[in-house]
Amino acid sequence: MIAVYYQIVRNEFQTLLRARWLIGYGLIFLLLTDTLFRFTGGGAEVLVSLSNVILLFIPLISMLYGILFIYQSRDYLELLLTQPVNRETLYWGLFTGISGPLTSAFLAGTTLPLIWHGNFSGEPAMQTVLVLGIGAILTFIFTGLGFVMGLAYYEEKIKGFGYSLMIWLFMAVIYDGLILLLIFLLGDYPIETGVVGLTMLNPIDLGRILILLEFDISALMGYTGAVFSQFLGSLKGMLTASFMLVLWLILPMWLGLRLFRKKDF
Amino acid sequence: MITIQQLQKSFGDHHVLRNIDLEIPTGQSIGIVGPNGSGKTTLIKTMLGLVKPDSGTITINNTVLNGNHIYRRDIGYMPQQARYPENMYATELFDFMENLRDQPGEFRNQLIEEFNLYSEVEKPLRVLSGGNRQKVGAVLAMMFNPSILFLDEPTAGLDPRSSYIFKERIRNEKRAGKTILITSHIMSELEQLVEHVVFILEGKIQYYGTIGDLLKDNRQDHLEGAIAQMMEGVEL
Repeated sequence: MIAVYYQIVRNEFQTLLRARWLIGYGLIFLLLTDTLFRFTGGGAEVLVSLSNVILLFIPLISMLYGILFIYQSRDYLELLLTQPVNRETLYWGLFTGISGPLTSAFLAGTTLPLIWHGNFSGEPAMQTVLVLGIGAILTFIFTGLGFVMGLAYYEEKIKGFGYSLMIWLFMAVIYDGLILLLIFLLGDYPIETGVVGLTMLNPIDLGRILILLEFDISALMGYTGAVFSQFLGSLKGMLTASFMLVLWLILPMWLGLRLFRKKDF
Repeated sequence: MITIQQLQKSFGDHHVLRNIDLEIPTGQSIGIVGPNGSGKTTLIKTMLGLVKPDSGTITINNTVLNGNHIYRRDIGYMPQQARYPENMYATELFDFMENLRDQPGEFRNQLIEEFNLYSEVEKPLRVLSGGNRQKVGAVLAMMFNPSILFLDEPTAGLDPRSSYIFKERIRNEKRAGKTILITSHIMSELEQLVEHVVFILEGKIQYYGTIGDLLKDNRQDHLEGAIAQMMEGVEL
């Protein structure tokens, strides 16, 4: 079982490394991070700017890549499924084989400039690790969501892509605005608990909250973040948000596994 | 030995397999015929565990299928369309399958030689022609020397020479005592390769028996005529 898993992961890694775009993906992060250092002169600003990019684009790219992989590999999946291989092992092999390299490319691209600009020593080390960790977790969550969408709309690619884009647009862009609208409309009532609850339902918002609590810059990070920090305070807020993010990490993977086990290929 | 009992499968409103009962003894070669969309591929996919039946049981070599996977060691499957990861080389694909199954491909080199694939296995799979990809599929299906072969329209993309070589190979597999299931629309080909036929129409088995009996019953000389007559007969 472990041996089979290892074979599948290794094969995905090899295939992905040969497709050069993954290296390009890492290079973009490398250039971006390095440029940010040169333009802002370093410090927390670099990390905050970087995290804005991470929160917006990692979900999009991961989800599209997840769904694209499912659509592109239908015959290959069929071939693997006709081998004496357990479906669960296959699923985990494919999932880690896809999300692992994507995460590695992101981490390699960002870590290198962060090292040579000295961000891993002294005070900013913790903050750096937090920002990169959120990027990594979001990669796993949204690759998982891509898998879920690809498996749920296996025969209807246009729908699958369309709904995936809508999910991204909703979570990354619209959600914050909707909550703002809600607060604007119902501002006279004590709705903070409700707002905090709603924030929990969006992994991108959770990432945003963690970053803002760490950097203490609510004004820069959208409205939900501000409410969250006001309501929960730093430590309690961070623990709750981290816990919810871990739940979010499990949810798409588990949904994907369920779909994969029952699916007719 | 393959035993299928009361197999049912629907995709939404579409009833693809209706109460299929079938028993295929070890060593029998059998052709599955029927019009497009009659459920041939679904039947094969159900036996492979790719498609989960709504009800009914399938037993293959004494294993009752219930999401288990070990039984697939005995099965070689050649799909209708052979498409593989684009950037992979055929050799890598064969290596990968060997590692995945933790089993050497006994007939790997022999098959590559027979199908004249030597120059092709060192190219990325995406540049291979449809016919050559089909041959790669044939190598994958047979290299582990499985006791059961499922071939889904195996010669559809092959040129006459390759098709001839392929059929020779199948005859050899038959002589070696393999159980062989072939779906095909080319009746003359089935006449050369199998003794038994299953005729499926709209998910139901209309006929199962030897080709000889079928010809006698329908007073025809060729399988094509007999099957055509049966299709008409059912529609009337």
